[in-house]
Amino acid sequence: MRWFARRLVFYVFAIWVALTLNFLLPRLMPGSPIDGLLEHLSPAQLAANPGIVQTYEALLGGGHHSIGQDYVTYLHRISHFNFGLSTSNYPTPVSEVVGRTLPYSIFLVGVAFILSFVIGTGVGMVAAWRRGRFTDSFIVPAFMTVSAFPAFVLALVGLYFLGLKAGWFPIQHAYDSNVIPAWSWTFISSAFRHAQLPILVIIAAYAGGWVLNMRTVMINTIGEDYVGMARAKGLRDRRVMTRYAGRNAILPPLNGFAAQFAGAVGGLVFVEIIFSYPGVGYTLQSAVLGNDYPLAQAILVVLSVCVIIANLIMDVLNFVLDPRLRTS
Amino acid sequence: MSAVATKTLLEVRGLEVEYGRVRAVDGVDLDIASGEILGLAGESGCGKSTVANAIMQILRPPAHIVGGSIRFEGEDLTGKSNEELRRFRWRNVSMVFQSAMNALNPVMRVGDQFVDMMQAHERISKHRAIVRAGELLELVGMDKQRVRSYPHELSGGMRQRVIIAMALALSPELIILDEPTTALDVVVQREILQEVEALKHDFGFAVLFITHDLSLLLEFADRIAIMYAGEIVETGPAATLAESPLHPYTQGLLQSFPPLTGPRVKLNGIAGAPPDLREPPAGCRFHPRCPYCAPENAALYLRQTTERPRLREITAGHFVACHLVDA
Repeated sequence: MRWFARRLVFYVFAIWVALTLNFLLPRLMPGSPIDGLLEHLSPAQLAANPGIVQTYEALLGGGHHSIGQDYVTYLHRISHFNFGLSTSNYPTPVSEVVGRTLPYSIFLVGVAFILSFVIGTGVGMVAAWRRGRFTDSFIVPAFMTVSAFPAFVLALVGLYFLGLKAGWFPIQHAYDSNVIPAWSWTFISSAFRHAQLPILVIIAAYAGGWVLNMRTVMINTIGEDYVGMARAKGLRDRRVMTRYAGRNAILPPLNGFAAQFAGAVGGLVFVEIIFSYPGVGYTLQSAVLGNDYPLAQAILVVLSVCVIIANLIMDVLNFVLDPRLRTS
Repeated sequence: MSAVATKTLLEVRGLEVEYGRVRAVDGVDLDIASGEILGLAGESGCGKSTVANAIMQILRPPAHIVGGSIRFEGEDLTGKSNEELRRFRWRNVSMVFQSAMNALNPVMRVGDQFVDMMQAHERISKHRAIVRAGELLELVGMDKQRVRSYPHELSGGMRQRVIIAMALALSPELIILDEPTTALDVVVQREILQEVEALKHDFGFAVLFITHDLSLLLEFADRIAIMYAGEIVETGPAATLAESPLHPYTQGLLQSFPPLTGPRVKLNGIAGAPPDLREPPAGCRFHPRCPYCAPENAALYLRQTTERPRLREITAGHFVACHLVDA
């Protein structure tokens, strides 16, 4: 339990660092932070958004006090999910924009990343168990080749050939334009259909890494005495592979899952942009292009928190799967 | 000693095992009668454990059997299907592995590892299997509550007891002990071996006891086979081997541990190191290290360096493969 408490303290600390950096970065720019932000806006944009100066001041914690006071105000607002107003969607609050887009990203990236992990480790496990046979000689190289391309290249290739040419998948958006988002069967099935191609692309881009990782760990695990003993006990081959070798070999890749996830977030943003998928990645792009700093900053905070939560979930899973962690 | 050594249980003839191009076991013959304890001794890397894995039929590529036969109760194992072999394992021959520390699955409760094994061989409910696992643990002197423990919660000696309890579970005719006590301290070693002897007395299984510690075998085994560089060089009743070892390698092994009583003497190990099995020495494989191999005796030297010695029976049950004995 102490191990777990230590991890929790660490994550709270990590979130605090992310929030503080987010607070400090605009202030490290030369001149007043608000001037710095306003410089990027055209006169037309300024005219269209009369409340923009107040919005920035709100975002930065008032602007007329000492930096320490500003910081306290900032933390207070963030803890109430108050990120100010979105300038590109004026006067919609940033929290509302993020709340609208985040579920799509969590659905898309969550499903795709978990699937790529499950498929990748599964293939890696079988390849190591039947070394030099079909899976090992043909499927593993196929995964490696595909995963050698960056996610956005695969997204473009998939979009062009599978979406546009073959017409097997819808090529953009999260659901059909004539469907209204609601908890209805029409909406859910439409959302699933639109997610298929992006999910396929993400699996193609990231499963190869898991295949190689799992295969390497699994080959070492197969040499362990408990695997030999499991075979000597007369267990069925499949059971030895899954319950003895695979069950132990999965622990190191699982530990790397969260780190891999953090590294992949950038690539996932591109996939959303290419498919015009209205998740946070797509929104982040439009926020940056539209100089919507409150929105962009809020999304960066949300992304950091998401990565930290992914870490936390993996820790809990590790804790459940490895009895040695529970007692030490 | 072995009063009931009547029926031949296991019969290994001309066994050859290769790891890629390296021949780790080269023409090994072994016989084990039911209820007998056969000791197999030799240095690390001489092929002892490979013999054990071949008998269990759990060699993994690149290791594979290239020649010879293994007969269990008259049936050749090499001709059996995978499913027949699966049923044969543990039900007929079980095995206590070299390192007690790593032979149990670290993420499974001890009880579940019993359940797994029992359910692979018979129809038994999980509850019933756990109860039986508890009984088996009590048989080897452990608390039956230990079925709920994970391996890392047990000491080395306890883990070895768990594995011995598992080996007994299906009442096999033969138990292979592959260096069962190497990782344990001397006191625990003795306890475990006495435990095995007592259980053997009750259950009547035969034992193939593999170790590099010849002194242990002199105490526990009925017969001993000495292995060197993939071959059996001498085999005979334990008492005969202890008193009149014929092969220079056996003599060297016997001189490499101190007697507990008697005057202090300087120990003479065996000079040199075991040969590289990719290119074993021609003739007798022991000749580069043999104290009785010298070019002065030209006729003998020629035979020692070119001709492979065969096992010959010298006295009843005492075989040796050495040119010195023929000469």
